[in-house]
Amino acid sequence: MPAPTQSPALPDGIVVVLKEECATCHSVSTVLRQLDEATTLTVYTQDDPGFPESPVPVHDADLAISWHHHIETVPTVIRVVDGVEVERTVGWHRNEWERITGIGGLGPDLPLMRPGCGSMSVDPDLVDELNVRFGASVLASRRIDVADAEDEMEMMFTRGWTDGLPVVPPTEVRVMRMLAGTTRRPFDVVATVPPDLVEVTVEKVAVAAVMAGCLPEYLPWVLTAVEAACTHEFNMHGLLATTMPVGPVIVCSGPGTHAIGMNSGGNALGQGNRANSTIGRALQLVVRNVGGGRPGEVDRATHGSPGKIGFCFAENDVDSPYGTLAVEHRIEPGVDAVTLFAGEGTRCVVDQLSREPDSLARSLAASLQAMHHPKLVLGFDAILVMGPEHARVFAEAGWDRERIVAGISEHLNRPGSELVRGAGGMSEGLPVAFADAPSLPKFRPGGLMLAYAGNGTGLFSEIIGGWANGDVGSKPVTRAVTY
Amino acid sequence: MSHTRTILDPTSERTVAERMRLDRPSSLAGLTVGLLDISKPRGDVFLDRLEERLVGVGANVKRYKKPTFTKPAPVDLRHEISVECQVVIEALAD
Repeated sequence: MPAPTQSPALPDGIVVVLKEECATCHSVSTVLRQLDEATTLTVYTQDDPGFPESPVPVHDADLAISWHHHIETVPTVIRVVDGVEVERTVGWHRNEWERITGIGGLGPDLPLMRPGCGSMSVDPDLVDELNVRFGASVLASRRIDVADAEDEMEMMFTRGWTDGLPVVPPTEVRVMRMLAGTTRRPFDVVATVPPDLVEVTVEKVAVAAVMAGCLPEYLPWVLTAVEAACTHEFNMHGLLATTMPVGPVIVCSGPGTHAIGMNSGGNALGQGNRANSTIGRALQLVVRNVGGGRPGEVDRATHGSPGKIGFCFAENDVDSPYGTLAVEHRIEPGVDAVTLFAGEGTRCVVDQLSREPDSLARSLAASLQAMHHPKLVLGFDAILVMGPEHARVFAEAGWDRERIVAGISEHLNRPGSELVRGAGGMSEGLPVAFADAPSLPKFRPGGLMLAYAGNGTGLFSEIIGGWANGDVGSKPVTRAVTY
Repeated sequence: MSHTRTILDPTSERTVAERMRLDRPSSLAGLTVGLLDISKPRGDVFLDRLEERLVGVGANVKRYKKPTFTKPAPVDLRHEISVECQVVIEALAD
């Protein structure tokens, strides 16, 4: 939670925070009288200003003391010296109370320990309101008041803030709640977003994540995706400006994908899963609203693609017989990561008959050769997403990731004479200078990548075709998720 | 619904600097015209022809090239053009 701008100071001595609606707080009332006689004591009460009767408490009516001093449990005992907290304990534990207060013989009739109760300042019904009341001053975004007669959903369409679908209104409460999903500070700069080359803060990413429909636990993934997309290697500017139908495809890897409930199984590339659907969308809303990348402006796509609303899915790292794309890109196994790939929509490879790896490799190669144009080679990368049924054909033959890529690539070589302009009666193709090349591969080294997702029914694979690759265009960027 | 009535601006909130365009020159004679090739196929064909025409009207022509059409021109290249030329023409696409 972001730091507040002004925190009310605690008085020197011993401070106890409690509430009437807590049995443990009642049971320590005799201890409070002992402390009041022996030391400088201040008691704050959260709910009933008349509790305890003695010593007379200070009513923390707006919970400012409790919120600012991060009281999570009552009673909490704090020792304060020169206005600075030295140490604290929560609940009742005689030894701890005696150690912190420096006074012995406390609560002789009480058991050694008794757990406390939840503080009102972390009550789920109150915490959002308190976070805004005391913490929203850290939010730097301009506040926009929606007129009474105005529909905020329509207002956001009218202002051009949406991708064509409704967005969740980014209220202070929702943005504060979203920011709880990361340890980063709201004002920290995440990246410089093209095309306007604007520095985007954690707060503005959180605003986009709210609008996209994310939960707070998705925010670290969104932040990392924004970082990866806004690198020189990934070239988000070019991805917008191109006339090709491509956008940022986010492949999520690692145990965190399970923790946030991502789908790497049936329909992983489709609709229906909140994390899959909103993480990619949040990135695109950052590009649109902060970076200024909008269709018809810097975005010059001829057709575009449905994936440009947001294209994000998880790898099934648990069941994959050939590891993950993240590990292929030198991320340690078990580390959460995102891979950003400049990709178009998916196309399906149907092969329901191959049971031998070479037959399946030939089928996949034949389909991959056609990607973008059968005669255009080396200029585009691809991600091949296999599900359990195709992957099993390779796994049962003992083929690992490297062997699969090699086995497919073996059937992706063509003589230059077949690929040059005019060959096969097609004007499109490579420059005629390549006519004498004995053999040209479809993909550059590393250009054919494997991911594993989908459910166990269907002898299909999906090709995600890329865009201009390498230094000319975009390189895949893989980053470990920063929480 | 009262809690949804104030929302946060999702945009960059930046203030766009407006710059006046320079007056169009009445003649290109004696001016230095930069021709920027963005590295798209056949952009050079277009620019070669433009160079012929510009030289024909008395302009000095300097040629520049972006490393790749997919990325904005590097800042050093933009600076170089701005200090060496009075006019610039960019061949956008094939």
